[in-house]
Amino acid sequence: MSLLEIKNLHVEVEDKKILNGLTLTIEKGQVAAIMGPNGSGKSTLSYVLAGKDAYNITEGDILLDGESILELAPDERAAKGIFLAFQYPVEVPGVATMTFLRTALNAQRKLRGEAEYSTPDFLKLVRETSAKLGVSQEHLRRAVNVGFSGGEKKRNEILQMAILQPRLAILDETDSGLDIDALKTVSEGVNRLRSPERSMIVITHYQRLLNYIVPDVVHVMSKGRVVKTGGKELALELEAKGYAQYSDEAA
Amino acid sequence: MPAVQETVDRVRQIDVDQYKYGFVTDVESEKAPIGLSEDTVRYISAKKNEPEWMLEWRLGAYRRWLTMREPDWARVNYPKIDYQNAYYYSAPKQKPELASLDEVDPQILETYKKLGIPLREQEMLAGVVRRDQDGNVLPERRVAVDAVFDSVSVATTFKEELKRAGVIFMPMSEAIQEHPELVKKYLGTVVPTSDNFFATLNSAVFSDGSFVYVPPGVRCPMELSTYFRINEANTGQFERTLIIADKGAYVSYLEGCTAPMRDENQLHAAVVELVTHDDAEIKYSTVQNWYPGDADGKGGIFNFVTKRGDCRGKNSKISWTQVETGSAITWKYPSCILRGDGSRGEFYSIAISNGMQQVDSGTKMIHLGKNTTSRIISKGISAGKSNNTYRGLVTAHRKATNARNFTNCDSLLIGDQCGAHTVPYIEAKNSSSVFEHEASTSKISEDMLFYCRQRGMSAEEATALVVNGFVKDVLQQLPMEFAVEAQKLISISLEGSVG
Repeated sequence: MSLLEIKNLHVEVEDKKILNGLTLTIEKGQVAAIMGPNGSGKSTLSYVLAGKDAYNITEGDILLDGESILELAPDERAAKGIFLAFQYPVEVPGVATMTFLRTALNAQRKLRGEAEYSTPDFLKLVRETSAKLGVSQEHLRRAVNVGFSGGEKKRNEILQMAILQPRLAILDETDSGLDIDALKTVSEGVNRLRSPERSMIVITHYQRLLNYIVPDVVHVMSKGRVVKTGGKELALELEAKGYAQYSDEAA
Repeated sequence: MPAVQETVDRVRQIDVDQYKYGFVTDVESEKAPIGLSEDTVRYISAKKNEPEWMLEWRLGAYRRWLTMREPDWARVNYPKIDYQNAYYYSAPKQKPELASLDEVDPQILETYKKLGIPLREQEMLAGVVRRDQDGNVLPERRVAVDAVFDSVSVATTFKEELKRAGVIFMPMSEAIQEHPELVKKYLGTVVPTSDNFFATLNSAVFSDGSFVYVPPGVRCPMELSTYFRINEANTGQFERTLIIADKGAYVSYLEGCTAPMRDENQLHAAVVELVTHDDAEIKYSTVQNWYPGDADGKGGIFNFVTKRGDCRGKNSKISWTQVETGSAITWKYPSCILRGDGSRGEFYSIAISNGMQQVDSGTKMIHLGKNTTSRIISKGISAGKSNNTYRGLVTAHRKATNARNFTNCDSLLIGDQCGAHTVPYIEAKNSSSVFEHEASTSKISEDMLFYCRQRGMSAEEATALVVNGFVKDVLQQLPMEFAVEAQKLISISLEGSVG
């Protein structure tokens, strides 16, 4: 069974149609890139998968392990292993990153009926994970994303992903706002998390990120649906020719 | 953060509208006849076996009160209080003198236990290890407790050890007997009997409260703490607290308050007076959790409290920290008179209102001496249909050269039916004073909640986390173990606020 099946999904926001019969399947362990021009519905797709309010699903379904998740709240989806690395990570003033991680992890475990981490076990987990990602202890004490640089924010997303160990990670334009060094660090973090047990959806405008995170499959989105699917060479082709041809096809 | 989750669990266990401390303790009590008259005042004074001067002081206040009008300037609405339909004195029936905790009515001890106030000696003996939120073991803290049940103090712990350090910590009624010279010298010198309607009423009928005197150069060896509990129906609580830190002394004091759930309103009109001499410091923390009334605004405590500190000596310091979560009405402005040159006043406040609660609270920083400084950090959180007002006065008199104040008032709104108001009064009567005022009002954003929920937190957990972050600056001012308690309390108060 595929991990994720999106079937003929139609989504509106304030009566404006954003997704228009999108169909997409993600296999277990697969890294799928989704590329497309601005306004093609990529970010909407990531929010809809994560369960954000204000998106009105008029038709279609999303199945995780063969079961619809449309009725599940965002936290229930998170507990089932869906993780969204935000394009614009949100600041949470006064809440230490360490506290945030622990609250999130234990909340998920509780929803899954698992025991909460004890303090020493949790500290060990965070220390080891942050060391691997090159995140300092000082960073863990700072309030979540407050005063972080663009690179630090994205790295913080990857740290959360490494702690929460999702089965489906959606990286929404993780490359935006990163210089080349930060891009490398973040990509290394992501690659370390690749595993047969974990699928990833990598949303990006540019082929550049895919030099570092090499996808198994590339989907091209335009006007709210997938218009072409191919191997990693498809990304290179897009880089050379642009999105114009797909916009026309969809039209 | 374990505290957040524990809280949320606890919140889930109780139904909406259930106030955790709303039980009534069944103890026999002895009450003054209902209503207020000179006879009531004489009755209370006689019950306490007070000397003549104390009775005269009370009667003076009572006669003054008869000429005064209830203030109406605060942003609070409540039905007219019938002062003749309340009891002004209620005491659990028991032996008047207690040698140790063993002699206290077990029912009352049980009450304090239920409140999570184990008159902490027991806990220490049981070897309870306390941890902070990162799991580190906290150093053993010892807290001396004075427990006030309705109108009388039922137990004071660690009396002997404090005595060895020279610290006097006892119920006010005992201090009047044992240290009349100190009481006479200081009582009413910070909040005079004529101060305001509620303070004057308190002066006439106050029943008990805590008295603390820390002699010159002594650093009080432990935290002092008083827990107030209103148990009887239709009974007002009028406690009077007086704390004096003599030259170079230091003391940290905490008060906690709870009451049963009752359909009618109950009046609480306390007076707290603090005095610091040269180089002395008093840190006064309050965790106020009186019954707030139900979702329709029925019942709850009317909390009209006058708290004032007088930095009488040079370079002395008074710091107020308050976590206000309970009461139907809160009318409270802990203030500092910065009389001594170089003295400093601080006010850190978290005021949370939910349901139909009304809060009008803030502070006054009155700069009289040269080079005096003050700092105000106020965090107001409004949820439900509540109204939350910060009202503050900062004033520098003509001679208070180089006075400095920094004020920061932040309000957080949860939902769209509550209100937050900020009413600052700022007065500088000399040209060298520097006053800074910052204020902000924000709502918990959908984006922030979604971010937390995407990571696995429920709506309640996410709100609790965001609110705890919002009030962090103030929580840090509380003694650690009380900060943890306060954190839990905050989440419980916001129960049901997330739609």
